[in-house]
Amino acid sequence: MAYNFKEIMNQEERLAPGHRMCAGCGGTIAVRNVLRGLHPEDHAVITCATGCLEVSSFTYPYTAWKDSFIHNAFENAGATCSGVEAAYEALKRRGKVKDNYKFIAFGGDGGTYDIGFQSLSGAMERGHDMVYVCYDNGAYMNTGIQRSSATPMYADTTTTPVGSESVGKPQYRKDIVDIIAAHNVPYAAQTTFVQNFKDMHIKAEKAIYKPGAAYLNVMAPCPRGWRYDTPQIIEICKLAVETCYWPLFEVEDGKWTLNYEPKKKLPIEDFLRPQGRFKHLFKKGNEELLVKFQEEVDRRWEDLLYRCAR
Amino acid sequence: MAIRERLSGNEAVAIAIRQINPDVMPAFPITPSTEIPQYFSSYIANGKADTVFIPVESEHSAMSAAIGASAAGARTLTATSSCGMALMWELLYVAASNRLPIAMALVNRALSGPININCDHSDVMGARDAGWLQIFAENNQEAYDNFVQAYRIAEHKDVRLPIMICQDGFITSHAVENIELIEDDKVKAFVGEYEPEDYLLKDGEPFHVGPYAVSNYYMEAKRAQAEGMKNAKQVILEVAKEFEAMTGRSYGFFEEYRLEDADYAIVIMGSAAGTAKDAVDKLRAQGIKAGLLKVRVFRPFPAEEIAKALTHVKVLACMDRTESFNNECGPLGAEVKSALFDAGCAPKVINYVYGLGGRDVTVESITSVYEELIKIDETKETGAKYRYLSVRED
Ligand SMILES: Cc1ncc(C[n+]2csc(CCOP(=O)(O)OP(=O)(O)O)c2C)c(N)n1
Repeated sequence: MAYNFKEIMNQEERLAPGHRMCAGCGGTIAVRNVLRGLHPEDHAVITCATGCLEVSSFTYPYTAWKDSFIHNAFENAGATCSGVEAAYEALKRRGKVKDNYKFIAFGGDGGTYDIGFQSLSGAMERGHDMVYVCYDNGAYMNTGIQRSSATPMYADTTTTPVGSESVGKPQYRKDIVDIIAAHNVPYAAQTTFVQNFKDMHIKAEKAIYKPGAAYLNVMAPCPRGWRYDTPQIIEICKLAVETCYWPLFEVEDGKWTLNYEPKKKLPIEDFLRPQGRFKHLFKKGNEELLVKFQEEVDRRWEDLLYRCAR
Repeated sequence: MAIRERLSGNEAVAIAIRQINPDVMPAFPITPSTEIPQYFSSYIANGKADTVFIPVESEHSAMSAAIGASAAGARTLTATSSCGMALMWELLYVAASNRLPIAMALVNRALSGPININCDHSDVMGARDAGWLQIFAENNQEAYDNFVQAYRIAEHKDVRLPIMICQDGFITSHAVENIELIEDDKVKAFVGEYEPEDYLLKDGEPFHVGPYAVSNYYMEAKRAQAEGMKNAKQVILEVAKEFEAMTGRSYGFFEEYRLEDADYAIVIMGSAAGTAKDAVDKLRAQGIKAGLLKVRVFRPFPAEEIAKALTHVKVLACMDRTESFNNECGPLGAEVKSALFDAGCAPKVINYVYGLGGRDVTVESITSVYEELIKIDETKETGAKYRYLSVRED
């Protein structure tokens, strides 16, 4: 697919500036670039789970959203969006709505992997014509950086704090795209901010316009939660991909495709080192933890290669 | 010509829904309301309605999807009971605060535990402060009639609040009774088209629902909801009047049964009122001035009107089909007593908890309540003001 960076970036923004998200927030970058996947002539109804994004972009009496928007609760963006989509079907059929609408739900990893998981699963299984986008910042950021099932192993969060008896989060993270793909939806993909947003743009557009339920998992770094130097966000994303921690792949109509393979897989330390939440892994005596982390990344990468090679 | 039928309460409500043919219905099965989505799904499957039915994976998602659909501009409803409504809890408040006129066919059932599928009012009473209109039915006819009136009240521009149309699990939901249905075209004309002012799918006008509101706005939002609830009183009466003109069946906030000159009265809601009326008739036949007040509209609570209807009563029993665990009275009792206090009239009031988890309510058991009221009047000894009816105490 042809990707004209300048043209895409010059599209009219659908998320207005002036919202209250932190400077350098990955969530906002994810939203703006997903919305660029919408064709300018189409309308959208956006659903948003409670989280940083919602409370900072729609604070009464202001809104940053140029399209119609609904926030319902933390755990139900999937179901809420499915209700909106069903209303569209009903009202369109009865001649009460003329314009074309697309339906996009946004949730943080907490609202997606954890508390909103059932609601999401239901919406995907029923096959509503919608896209669910998780801006995955790897913790409950809005309530102050608590662990989620998307938080990487060993991360220092406020509910898995590093201490004399703790090396951070004990568990590996959950692979949600696999789980959504197991719903046999027409489209599920994972992306982040690399390649001048080409991968992300193509996936967003595909997810939005492919009929049926689609899921997009976007790694969206959080400078406060991850404790890296804020302007380094693009570098962080690149390292996540080059270390194979965050592979770019998609599952379309059941077919797994790896969208990018690093020429030379970088060691996981390269991704972990710039982030304060992993500082303890680089202390003397913790070498074993890095080995374990690497082993898990390798195992999952091999597994993905296998699925994509089938 | 009205249509004479024999129907269960669930089927009657399903027929009302078919006649209204709303835009969207998300629902999840739970006894004793399951039949409502079942009947309705079969109507859709056979081309008798073309509502978009969403077979959600939980009641939590039923209410979440209902909120999405209603905000998008669709006339929306769901049906549930007990644990199902409890699972919707958080969203009940969201629906009300977003001023979404969603209708809920609520078939009252006890909340766990122990898990129990039979009738009481613990589900609906727990949600009494959620901001929903709440209307109760004594029998199948009333459940049907109330549902036909529901959207006219909820969608009225001075109200714009969600509405629960309640009936008692099994007692009316499953029992088959004679019923008079209204013709389809008359129901359609009575309910009319839904024309919301602002909604997500309004062509050319983006709309935003569910903001974060800090302390300088939140309270005004609640105040506005309260205003809708206040306005609902007038609207409920207006709609009832029109309904009476169409059917000859009259409805108000409550029904007074042989109450006018009653010395001894009970306040009661739902199906047990029918049994209680029999008890009243029997006592009247013995020359005892017994009467009753059956509450139809619990939200908004018609406090002044209820107090006025009860001023002359000597001893009163408030019958609650739920526990409130305040060691004092149930929610109905609390509201009635507060209404009486404000009106400056003070009959002696005894509070009863009855019929929990489907415990049988009989003419005899209700008669025993009146007997106790008479005894209080005669002995001038009130005794325990909070009592359980038909319970094993050992
Ligand atoms: C039912 C419920 N539980 C808890 C909360 C409190 N809460 C609000 S946002 C949030 C965390 C959001 O985390 P995530 O979904 O990862 O989004 P982020 O804030 O990181 O963008 C929590 C715990 C809530 N609003 N509702």
